[in-house]
Amino acid sequence: MAENVLMIALSPTMEEGTILNWSAKEGDTISTGDVLCEVETDKASMEYESAQEGTLLKIIKGEGSPARVGDVIAIIGEEGEDVSDLVAEAEAAPAAAPEPKAEEPKKETAPASEAAKEAAPKPAAPKASTPAPSVSPSSDDRIKASPLARKIAASRGINLGMVKGTGPAGRIVKEDVENFKAPLAPVEGVAVGGSSGNSFGSPLVDETVPVSRMRQTIAKRLAESKFGAPHFYLTLSVAMDGMVDFRKKANARAKEKLGLNPFFMKFAAEAIKRHRELNSSWLGDSIQFHGSIDIGLAVALPTGLITPVVRDCGNKGIAQIDAELKVLIDKAKNGGLAPDEYNGATFTISNLGSFGIEEFTAIINPPGSAILALGATVKTPVVNDNDELEIKNIMKMTLSCDHRTIDGAIGAAFMSDMKKMMEDPFQLLM
Amino acid sequence: MAIIAMREALRQALDEEMTRDENVLLMGEEVAQYNGAYKVSKGLWEKYGDKRVIDTPITELGFTGVAVGAASVGLRPVVEWMTFQFGLLAIDQIINNAAKLRHMSGGQLKVPMVVRGPNGPAEFLSSQHSQSFASYFMHIPGIKVVAPSTPYDAKGLLKTAIRDDNPVIFLEAEMYYGWTGEVPEEEYTIPFGKAAIRREGEHVTLVSFSKPMKMLEEAAEELAKEGISAEVIDIRSIRPLDEETIFGSVRKTNHVVVVDEAWPQASVGSHISGLISAKCFDDLDAPVEFVSSEDVPMPYNHTLELEVQPTVAKIVAAAKKTLYREG
Repeated sequence: MAENVLMIALSPTMEEGTILNWSAKEGDTISTGDVLCEVETDKASMEYESAQEGTLLKIIKGEGSPARVGDVIAIIGEEGEDVSDLVAEAEAAPAAAPEPKAEEPKKETAPASEAAKEAAPKPAAPKASTPAPSVSPSSDDRIKASPLARKIAASRGINLGMVKGTGPAGRIVKEDVENFKAPLAPVEGVAVGGSSGNSFGSPLVDETVPVSRMRQTIAKRLAESKFGAPHFYLTLSVAMDGMVDFRKKANARAKEKLGLNPFFMKFAAEAIKRHRELNSSWLGDSIQFHGSIDIGLAVALPTGLITPVVRDCGNKGIAQIDAELKVLIDKAKNGGLAPDEYNGATFTISNLGSFGIEEFTAIINPPGSAILALGATVKTPVVNDNDELEIKNIMKMTLSCDHRTIDGAIGAAFMSDMKKMMEDPFQLLM
Repeated sequence: MAIIAMREALRQALDEEMTRDENVLLMGEEVAQYNGAYKVSKGLWEKYGDKRVIDTPITELGFTGVAVGAASVGLRPVVEWMTFQFGLLAIDQIINNAAKLRHMSGGQLKVPMVVRGPNGPAEFLSSQHSQSFASYFMHIPGIKVVAPSTPYDAKGLLKTAIRDDNPVIFLEAEMYYGWTGEVPEEEYTIPFGKAAIRREGEHVTLVSFSKPMKMLEEAAEELAKEGISAEVIDIRSIRPLDEETIFGSVRKTNHVVVVDEAWPQASVGSHISGLISAKCFDDLDAPVEFVSSEDVPMPYNHTLELEVQPTVAKIVAAAKKTLYREG
């Protein structure tokens, strides 16, 4: 009996994927676990392993085709079986829209992601001691909006999830949609000003490029965070001399040279142990305090941003964090991070110091409640305790907090503790 | 243009139609020598005599049945029910005979009759004599139902009703026979199935018919003081209903308050609210607000009697609610 092969959710946030290539061809015998095709999801390219066995009778979605979760992508059955009915049915179904609609019914996602749990590749990273929180809690909530607001949002391509409702119980009404300012630059390419008569031979050209799944996800999640979570920011300066010294000594003993980021992750984890609010998630009617400190590090890829997560940093040494981080970053660069390896950071660090950025504010990475933005270490004249000028290596760090879970004083206390530890790493042991 | 009262506008319509067509006759309790309980038929008995202006006994079922019979053989009777409260006794004649004879005779019989009289809450009449029955008649295929709210409409619609070859229920209101308005001297009629936009507005649509229309206009004035521009629609023809005018307004304002002085369940207002919810779903920015009488028998106490019915304050509050401007 022939069966449809359905697109499954290969990541928790995936609603649609693009089939990059088929590993199997029509007529091939398929066993359970065989790789059928490669799918570009919202974050990475994933191998689709078959949960069915039999003969691949028909490929419905060819290479380069988008497929929504739940769409039929192929038909597997017994060799020689007539599947024209199933093919007709599958082809009659509306094709996945090239652009995500503002409001897609999600009813098919739930059962499909159940299947995904079984079919998705097992994560390579060590499992966290507690299950990592999945996607941001608000993403599955039904959005309350007036029919008119829905219509206007759909016609303008506005994601209602980003719009704040002012009606009863947060209902989004016409006015809210009309006053909504898109958080990102328009998708249309940036027009180059003036004519192309640039004597320097500008490499810039007018161009409109489709938005990748990854970029769509980044846009959606960051906008949800920035507009959903009331951010506040705390900035202070840290004298880095103690830390530089500490790292030098640690490197002298370590087999492999340690990066700077594992130190920041470890110090953050130690400070979080003293302020558990920094390691929490806002769930609407409750706050979830996470038992494991899972720190994500923002990594820039040519295609977008990703945050590989080192689980349970509170119970790991700097060397172990460094080792795990190196593996994850390598995978990220190759587009091979599994969803479990980049989802559910309870705290995030973003470091733009290598670009010479002295100070910036980052957008909280849900479901976490805070993100720490680290700037470059800069030689700075500082007035010391004896009222003398002194040149010190100063790094500015800025904490973005979700005020729903973290109050100003708590964020400030965390920053103060973190500063003390970084300036005098001996504090770690105290 | 002459400014005349509602009762005079109705009288003019009857007078002109009786002059125009000798088959038109008026019958009901005290319509002849007493000039009608509300003086609508003043002077008609003297002018047209016993054969065309007929006093009937207190027998609604009987004389309404006589009118159905008279209409089916070619006369054009106008029946006055002293009030629609008494008309319940004759509703079998309306539902089973007047509304169906044309259908059941395969078109061989027509029933060109009009039943008119005051409907809806009045004052100090307690629970048996102060009720709105518009939906009882709107419910029935085979009859037409109209309910004017101005002297101009009353005259134009009654003339159209008398000339219609189908039974027409013509709903008036006890409290508004003295309301005045402009009515031209020259002949005119108003077609059925055409609502009137009484006031143009852009923020919210207020819809009703008959006596509550005055409250809608007052409510619109109140709202205007707060910068809210209300569009006021008088449906005036309940069946056939001018859905497009209502929907067009809702599509413009995206917010609507429907007002009906009847009880809420299965009323003209609830029917219109349902239609708007279904047909204008994607144009609504808020649920349809519906202001009706409370779901209770009419109290006798005057304060309560007024309070269970729609009021200007209730309409204003509903408009603000649908505009998310509460408090």
